[in-house]
Amino acid sequence: MTNESISARGDLRLTRITKSYGDFTAVDDLTLTIPKGSFFALLGPSGCGKTTTLRMVAGLEEPTVGSIHLGDTDITTTRPYQRPINTVFQNYALFPHLTIFENIAFGLRRRGIKDVKEQVDKVLSLVELPHLAERKPTQLSGGQQQRIALARAIVNRPALLLLDEPLGALDLKLRRQMQIELKWIQREVGLTFVHVTHDQEEAMTMADTIAVMNEGKIEQMGSPADLYDNPETAFVANFLGQSNLIKGKIDGNDGDNLVVDLYGQKISMPKKRSHAIDNSLYAGIRPEKFRISRLATPVKGNVLTGGRIEDVSYIGVSTQYVVAMPWGQELMVFEQNDDGVAPFDKGDEVNISWEPTFTFGLRGDEDIEAGTEVNPEEIEAE
Amino acid sequence: MSFPKVRVPYLLLLPGFVFLFTFFILPIINLAQTSTQTPLSGGDTGEYEQTLAFSNYIQAFVENKEQFGRSFLYATLATIFALAIAYPLAYAIAFKSGKYKNILLVLVVAPFFTSFLLRTVAWKQILGEEGFVVPGLRALNIIGEQTTLTSTSVAVVAGMTYNFLPFMTLPLYASLERIDPRTIEAAGDLYANGLTAFRRVTVPLSMPGVVAGTLLTFIPAAGDYVNAAILGSPNTKMIGNVIESRYFKIVDYPTAAALSFTLMVAILILVTLYIRKAGTEELV
Amino acid sequence: MNQKIKDASIPTIPLNARFSRWFGRNLLRIYMVIGFTYLFIPVAYTFAFSFNDSGKSNLIWKGFTLSNWQNPCGAPEVCNALGNSIKIGLLATIFSTILGTMIAFAIGRYKFKGRSSSNLLIFLPMATPEIVLGASLLSLFLVFSINPGFWPTVIAHVVFCISFVVVTVKARIASLDPRLEQAAMDLYANELETFRRVTLPLVAPGIAGAALLAFSLSFDDFIITNFNSGTLITFPKFVYVSAARGIPAQANVIASAMFFLALAIVIAAQLVKRKKTR
Repeated sequence: MTNESISARGDLRLTRITKSYGDFTAVDDLTLTIPKGSFFALLGPSGCGKTTTLRMVAGLEEPTVGSIHLGDTDITTTRPYQRPINTVFQNYALFPHLTIFENIAFGLRRRGIKDVKEQVDKVLSLVELPHLAERKPTQLSGGQQQRIALARAIVNRPALLLLDEPLGALDLKLRRQMQIELKWIQREVGLTFVHVTHDQEEAMTMADTIAVMNEGKIEQMGSPADLYDNPETAFVANFLGQSNLIKGKIDGNDGDNLVVDLYGQKISMPKKRSHAIDNSLYAGIRPEKFRISRLATPVKGNVLTGGRIEDVSYIGVSTQYVVAMPWGQELMVFEQNDDGVAPFDKGDEVNISWEPTFTFGLRGDEDIEAGTEVNPEEIEAE
Repeated sequence: MSFPKVRVPYLLLLPGFVFLFTFFILPIINLAQTSTQTPLSGGDTGEYEQTLAFSNYIQAFVENKEQFGRSFLYATLATIFALAIAYPLAYAIAFKSGKYKNILLVLVVAPFFTSFLLRTVAWKQILGEEGFVVPGLRALNIIGEQTTLTSTSVAVVAGMTYNFLPFMTLPLYASLERIDPRTIEAAGDLYANGLTAFRRVTVPLSMPGVVAGTLLTFIPAAGDYVNAAILGSPNTKMIGNVIESRYFKIVDYPTAAALSFTLMVAILILVTLYIRKAGTEELV
Repeated sequence: MNQKIKDASIPTIPLNARFSRWFGRNLLRIYMVIGFTYLFIPVAYTFAFSFNDSGKSNLIWKGFTLSNWQNPCGAPEVCNALGNSIKIGLLATIFSTILGTMIAFAIGRYKFKGRSSSNLLIFLPMATPEIVLGASLLSLFLVFSINPGFWPTVIAHVVFCISFVVVTVKARIASLDPRLEQAAMDLYANELETFRRVTLPLVAPGIAGAALLAFSLSFDDFIITNFNSGTLITFPKFVYVSAARGIPAQANVIASAMFFLALAIVIAAQLVKRKKTR
């Protein structure tokens, strides 16, 4: 331990980071601040550069250009073992030749701490596996290995804990359970967590702040609610949940609202929720924000007429409808089943309505397919 | 299949094991028997009778303890040097060679496609009085006029180190290559610097290779006599040289058998102790 | 390196940190160069002296000639010894590969009583010094009044080759996914068909590798051969015997040719493997 970096604390700041391998740019001019104490998620599809970013923070890769600061300390070229940063590796990377106890004690011993027993025992009970101390990693189940990998990292009380797809290898039920536990442990120990994942649901469940990454850049950053409620790009709108994006034109102002023409039908939306740069825009509405009504029923807010039910899928808590619009687009609508069984049938002529404040506006030159073709089960190929 | 399934493995083993029993176990038993024979009184050279003369062992050992000691010393030294040379080589191929991995692996084995005797003879000539190394070193005043490189114990150990190198490199490579590089990264992440990560993670995880490699080097080295015969002098005779001459020159089968048997048992004991100490059973 | 976006406002990595890591990386590379030089010196020497216009003894460089390569059988006994070595090598390879592969399948694919003692029996010949193997076999042959010669040598070679075959083939079997065989049986292949259509083709590269290993072990063996071959001369034996009075350059020709042949086989195998995995 040659310098003061090991005791550095504070916000993590990445400044204009670029990482290229030959002609391929994995991370492209990225600037990012992760506040101390937050649970931060880097979310994106395979190959978006999130794992590369994480590895640069861990010190396993060096940026081609740019700097990384932890508090006031520049750690850009600091060796991994001189950073107060620990990682929960994707496939855990537990040492197969050491017992669970020695795996967890590894970092403590390297830092010259003599009496490790108390701390190891404490962290083992935190992850609720004190009885496994003398086992070898291969004798543990996937979920247990995951917890030990977490214990091995947090026992060091790092300034920053990096989680590289930590739940990817677990089955769905265990993953949900671990998500809740991870969140709880983060509050318990009060560390900064940086979590890399391609699973949007996982990121939304756990993180306070999410940065959505695509092709080496950050598309948008904010709280899960902000990102979902008001996405700024088609990629974010599609990668986080589902969106209906309808092509339109800004037709004028009405106080704080914009009047938008969607294939001849006028709707309104708040000005501040539009990210368009000129007159052309995509109006975005989440499927659960739509309401379906019969032609005769009077409705409030924005209305689009001329719909016809194309498909009905009853899934218990809700019903999913596909509604064909006169201009040929099919819209997705989720209706709560609070009135009992789904009231509409295939072929019914309907109107669609929603609250104007739920509308978000995207630039008219966006690729509305962006972020939809991603297979979330794909393994990181970076 | 027509025969019950439980018999399948035994049927597969049968021919091979009959062969090994006849030509491996039986000869060893016979060797033990021969080792306690004494010359037939009034018989020709090479005629012996079974007398259970265990004194053969004491006599054989006392007469040749110097060669025994030399065999184990040379074999130990050659094993250590081979390990020192092969480990970084295997490590570099396993972790640092990228797409050239397969080519380098072939290159490591390639020298051993040339007859090992010819290579040993080549070393003798390279290091000999008429080679280019000795006159060169003399011209540079690195070695004196009287110093030679061949016919010394150094030459024998060097020859053994060279000849058994692939037996060390390949198992080392195999076990290093199996290590998940992420565990080494994890060690770095957990405050181990390069050297500590190597000592605490890489070395323990490569132990099966170290054990296999050292055994595959030490065992043939301890029984070797070719290097000593070509590169050494009468002062560097190993137990193998003694056994060979007892068989072919002196025709003293009981002593030769006693020496062989002692060598085998000594090696087996050493190997067992070593495996127990190294704590690994994954040899075969 | 992508340097086009470099400007004054972007912090860069200090040069000295880069240098120290460059040195760390290249230390191993330098070591590799030295290591490979060491490995190849005697090979290069042997190859060079196959062109020596040496006459009987090939000790000193006397001049360049191609005549040794044009007439590899020029020195008496060299080709005879080579022929014996090849014959013994082929026979030993065939027998040890068949017996060893059967044992490898038994140990690698089945759980049965006596499996660990079987493993021990395979390990023992490898843990026995060659001189003990050779000497004990010779003693046995003498007891039964069998004269050392061609067949005793073949038998002796099979003894020490079997273990290496078993270990090599077993490793290949262990790396097979057992679900492949289960899938074959699921698709109506009985045990024999499964073995012939799925298991054997998948293990075949391991068996081929084992056979190559067996042949090279047999071809290059001296100690065991010396004990069991009697008056028969093999190639290593020829080199050993003539080492004292000078080895003819034709021996270098044959050794060099074997070297390039083996290298070609291994490289061809690598290329085939690479093509298949693509």
